[in-house]
Amino acid sequence: MYGRKVKLRFLFVVIILITLILTTFLILKSLEENVVYFQSPSEIKSLSEIDKSKIRVGGMVKKDSISISSNEVNFIITDFKNEINVTYSGAVPNLFAEGKGVVAEGFLKDRNFFSATKILAKHDENYMPPEVKEALGEK
Amino acid sequence: MIYSLIGYYSLIIGLIIGLSLFYFSYKNFNNSNTLDTKILSFTFLQLFFVVISFLCLIFSFVISDFSNETVFNNSHTTKPLFYKISGTWGNHEGSLLLWLLVLTLFIFLFLVRTKNQPVKYKILTLVFQQIIIVGFFLFLIKTSNPFNYIFPIPTEGLGLNPILQDPALAIHPPVLYLGYVGSSIIFSSVLAATSLKIISTSWASHIKKWILISWIFLTLGILLGSIWAYYELGWGGFWFWDPVENVSLMPWLALTTLLHCILVLEKKSILTSWVIILSITTFTLSMCGTFLVRSGILNSVHTFANDPERGLFILVFLFILIFLSILIFFFFHKDNDRKSHSFFWLSKETSILINNWFMMYFLSVVLIGTVYPIFLDVISSQKISVGPPFYHKLIIPFLIPFLLMMAIGPKLKWIKSQLEDKIYLISFLIISILLAFLVLKNFNQNILINTILISSALYLFFMTLRDFFSQKYKNISQNIAHFGFSLLILSILFNNLFASEIITNLKVGETFENSKTKIVFESVDQKKEKNYNAIVANFFISNLNGEEDRFSPELRIYNQPVIATSEADIKTTLMSDKFIVINLVQNQDFFNVRYQVKPFMLWIWLSVILISFGGIVSFLQKRS
Repeated sequence: MYGRKVKLRFLFVVIILITLILTTFLILKSLEENVVYFQSPSEIKSLSEIDKSKIRVGGMVKKDSISISSNEVNFIITDFKNEINVTYSGAVPNLFAEGKGVVAEGFLKDRNFFSATKILAKHDENYMPPEVKEALGEK
Repeated sequence: MIYSLIGYYSLIIGLIIGLSLFYFSYKNFNNSNTLDTKILSFTFLQLFFVVISFLCLIFSFVISDFSNETVFNNSHTTKPLFYKISGTWGNHEGSLLLWLLVLTLFIFLFLVRTKNQPVKYKILTLVFQQIIIVGFFLFLIKTSNPFNYIFPIPTEGLGLNPILQDPALAIHPPVLYLGYVGSSIIFSSVLAATSLKIISTSWASHIKKWILISWIFLTLGILLGSIWAYYELGWGGFWFWDPVENVSLMPWLALTTLLHCILVLEKKSILTSWVIILSITTFTLSMCGTFLVRSGILNSVHTFANDPERGLFILVFLFILIFLSILIFFFFHKDNDRKSHSFFWLSKETSILINNWFMMYFLSVVLIGTVYPIFLDVISSQKISVGPPFYHKLIIPFLIPFLLMMAIGPKLKWIKSQLEDKIYLISFLIISILLAFLVLKNFNQNILINTILISSALYLFFMTLRDFFSQKYKNISQNIAHFGFSLLILSILFNNLFASEIITNLKVGETFENSKTKIVFESVDQKKEKNYNAIVANFFISNLNGEEDRFSPELRIYNQPVIATSEADIKTTLMSDKFIVINLVQNQDFFNVRYQVKPFMLWIWLSVILISFGGIVSFLQKRS
């Protein structure tokens, strides 16, 4: 019916299509699993249920809220409407200070407690993560 | 004052020359037997004026001329001279001027160095390159003039972000740009060659050199950025899958693929469509990188100023260029691969092609990971970030066949091949697997995937190592680069698997002790420098093996602008790095201490240097 060449080419196209579909599926699937959402303390307060997945919380470090022990750093993130307590054991970035913007990555324990696995470094004192700016801008 | 004036008008003259070059090219193109000398001298003049303009900016920085807005925003009188100079390209305006400098430099070199190619091709390449150059002139003059005045003249500048005041980062932008912008000449000449239908084996070996230059600089540029991130950002890692890093990796992946395609084209005169598409892709990705980084969409240390107008300009310019190249590709490119279209499944070109597909896959993973969050933000204003797990999960499994292919592919012959030395191939594979298993014997996490990964990397390692001593096999540049790559993967794997980390909060005089390591926080000193004050912490660290080291990491508080940075103290040995960094939280007695032991850190850098050395060897080789 068709020549060998046509058949081969057809096979080739089919293989490429299948690979492409598989790849897209694979990428989207792992995107879904590995994406980290950003939330402000107010958004967390209004959550209907506590999600088990990793999230980021951003806002200001509340004044006089930092307390350090030998293996933990505790502080409060606020967006001036709501706040959330954060416990963290790890290295803190240079510009981590009271009254400055901060983004913490980790897991929610409940609506008031957040256990951070990472605090993101900022390189510029004037810099504020856009997420934080937005979260604060809503006030 | 006077420098700003000269610099500014040099830019205007450069732009006018660029426009006049279109006219000359048009005249020369229609009656062309030889290249008009006017074109050459005008291209030189353009380069000359851009150099003048660039030097003016450097001088303004050196003499701290704060009447210049760029200098005011990014410099300070107390800054060391070296960083005054490097501050020239440590900001948006200056770095774009550097873009322009490299663009004009490359087209000039191209015209001078290109021999044995049709005159029409040279002229057309010039025209395409001038489109890019004129675009950047307009961009620079209109939206980011580096020579803006400030009146009244401030007495002191705002200073350069201290984490940019670093030797590696001072030379990182020029090196990276040579690679990034170097791809523009590939883009221009591919478009020219496509329009003239002269893509052939001789063209391939001519353009190969330009691809190599770009590739070598891009590789080294990424390396420098990575080394800097390692010791300056204080996380002890070398790659964070940060969007800003990704935008430099993407052109590298495309360029590496292109490099392999051009080798096939040079030998077999096939894969022309691949070459064209990849050349366009590489440059587009470089431009996209500039767009994403400069427009402030990606927030990082590279974002100098968030000005939507700039982003829009680059975006529009980018679309014009992409549109132009797609137009040329579809109208002029006729696939003339017919004559040698069929190649046997077991051949060098097939294996290169397969690995190209893998590389394209890696590229799309990185692209999606980088762009998806931006996309989602625009569409649904949902803020997300895509972290390392995404990339690791999607890239690591595919590294295994990729590495195996890299080991076997170069052994094959062109067109059709049989596997020779089967015994060698199999015995090396068995040795690699055994060795990997031995290394990971006591390791209980993800043992299967890690064993397979290490064995395939070891396999490539042994295969390439053997080829250095093989008589039959003489592609030394490829061998070095592939050997370097196997070393890179191995070092990264070992580095990840066997790294250890201690994070703790200590007061002065306290001691931290666990089963393996003892950290004594002995004392704190103060240090005063011209542009910063520092707290120096002294640590004494000993471990079970009886190794004892003293560390003194610093916490610097720069005065202009006032920024605190941590200076890690790193003890590098051949086998491992010991890395300690401290931080102090305001009004607290505790110091936040992070101590890491990172095996094979040095080898990561060395292997990347080896990879680019392979490129250099290939560049220096005479055409065979």
